[in-house]
Amino acid sequence: MFKSLLALLRRDLRLAIRHGGESLMPLLFLFAVLILVPLGVGPGPNLLSAIAPGMVWVAALLASLLALEGLFRPDLEDGTLEQWWTAPAPVGLLVTTRLFSHWLITGLPVILFAPLAAQMLYLPDHALPVLMLTLVIGTPILSLIGGLASALTLGTKRGSVLLSILIFPLVVPVLIFATGAVSAVADGLSPQAHLGLLTSLLILAVVLAPLATTAALKLNVE
Amino acid sequence: MWQTIKVGFHKLGSPPIFYRVCQVLSPWLWAGFAVSLVIGLYYALYVVPPDYQQSDSFRILYIHVPSAWQAMAGYLVMSILAVIALVWRIRTTEIMAMSAAPIGAAFTLICLATGSIWGRPMWGTFWAWDARLTSMLILLFIYLGIMGLYAAFEDKRKGARVACILILVGLVNIPIIHFSVEWWTTLHQGRGISFVGESTMDASMKPPLIWMIVATKLLFTAALLDRSRNELIEQDRRKGWIRQKLGASV
Amino acid sequence: MSELLLAEAVGFTRSGDLVFDPVDVRLERGKALVIAGPNGSGKTTLLRLLAGILTPACGKLERHGSLAFLGHLAAVKGDLTVRENLEFTVRFCAHPGMPVNQALARVGLAGLGLRPARALSAGQKRRVGLACLLVARREIWLLDEPYASLDDVGGELVDSLLEQHLAGGGAVALSTHQRQPRLNTDPGRLLIRPAARGGE
Repeated sequence: MFKSLLALLRRDLRLAIRHGGESLMPLLFLFAVLILVPLGVGPGPNLLSAIAPGMVWVAALLASLLALEGLFRPDLEDGTLEQWWTAPAPVGLLVTTRLFSHWLITGLPVILFAPLAAQMLYLPDHALPVLMLTLVIGTPILSLIGGLASALTLGTKRGSVLLSILIFPLVVPVLIFATGAVSAVADGLSPQAHLGLLTSLLILAVVLAPLATTAALKLNVE
Repeated sequence: MWQTIKVGFHKLGSPPIFYRVCQVLSPWLWAGFAVSLVIGLYYALYVVPPDYQQSDSFRILYIHVPSAWQAMAGYLVMSILAVIALVWRIRTTEIMAMSAAPIGAAFTLICLATGSIWGRPMWGTFWAWDARLTSMLILLFIYLGIMGLYAAFEDKRKGARVACILILVGLVNIPIIHFSVEWWTTLHQGRGISFVGESTMDASMKPPLIWMIVATKLLFTAALLDRSRNELIEQDRRKGWIRQKLGASV
Repeated sequence: MSELLLAEAVGFTRSGDLVFDPVDVRLERGKALVIAGPNGSGKTTLLRLLAGILTPACGKLERHGSLAFLGHLAAVKGDLTVRENLEFTVRFCAHPGMPVNQALARVGLAGLGLRPARALSAGQKRRVGLACLLVARREIWLLDEPYASLDDVGGELVDSLLEQHLAGGGAVALSTHQRQPRLNTDPGRLLIRPAARGGE
């Protein structure tokens, strides 16, 4: 069973690397947003450092949205998705594996480049570790929610606008707790409560999202 | 006993019987709504004295509060229908769940509109990032997402089932969203404007509120049955039984 | 046990209507079953039901063996080479069968292993699908129109692969509307009829 999961992960990553440019798009997009913001609101360090956590998080959210259209649709169209139901591994785990590779492609690069982004927006140095921590806990939730939404819209012709409308309400708590944690640290308060809540969101999402995603995929394959 | 309930349930699942039940109940519900609305409005607009601070403008709460409750209660009703639809695959409950979404969305919209009209004299602005208003705005988007998802499918049956999954996802998320938004406004209270609570409500203000709550409940149910019946006609318009019904009633 | 797959009165509904009259299916070791019926009668739906991709709306379905499904989509990733596609199937299905090179030679694609799958013709893609059946060992084959887009030589290839699989103790169910399989022992036949529609 693990062999199947590993095989899927390897193939997904190989495809992502083969699409090289396309896989780097989310990261480029992140930087486009981060460069536009100072140009839009002015280069004042005070204002920028106040909005830095929010900006990094909104950019991470948009970056994860970008790759969602290709999460299940190509597999539906070339027939590889229906093969999941004949595989020796449960579909729920295959879904989780696919979401993990989505996170590796969209979430992980954002985390790796967050220190640079934080510098560009004058985030106080002592708040950086917490920003990184919120990204580590929070970006998997974005992938899980995004995967659910893209599974729900799979049977529709053009899902991308619908996709963002479905995702927006569901990610509100993630955004609030994550940016709250960073702001708390920047203001000299403890981020513990925020991080705890964010972690519980992650646990909830890890348990429930693959179930709902699998159910939605099944309906759309039928 | 249990057997009777089960049989009754299955009968309701049959479109012709469901159609008939809707047809019979609907006029009574509309009549009940009209009566409670008239009583409620009479009390709300004439009997209750003006507030010493807000004068007459507080009277909008008799629409605002019941709508807010109904927006949330409507979601709960829709979720129960969605569970039944997904577990037992009963088509009429799928149709009912899908018919409930626009009604719930309408109540949410009424709640938001009256809230911001009320907010104008109270806060001096039409919109404030108040926890309850923000939660309501997000609820509206969840409703719109459900409607949009259902509409995007060509196969209505499949669309309904997929949207039912979204309804349940929303059900899990609404309390979390509500909590997170409350948390967020308390943290930013220094910058925001806090809402005046209703805890100081006078006893004479309550009866019309109860009448209006009853009225919104009846309105919701009546609209739900009518919408479901219309949807059934739309979907089954080529089937024999619906032609018979329509032919007989025209 | 000689039964690998047993279905009793399985049916599937679409928009509330049965697609075909519920059928019994029995797949045994060394036996083939041809599912016949006019276009749109639900042959593909039945095969997808048996494969577990669809959930039956009624009836009972039991499976006692590993399963391969070859649909009308080849389930091949165009951006990977033919070889990479087959290697993925080997790992994904967990029970390695024939070595990849040998399988490629068997289906007549020797030397095309390094070509990206998207550069193949429809018939060649079908052959990759057939090679996928060989490289991972699975007992039940469910093949939806295996002869489609194949020439006469390709048709004979399918027949010989079927023969080989049955001789090895496997079971096959396939749908076809043009060429009938020519096997040593006559396959069973299952005729499915579209369900009556409309009315109450």
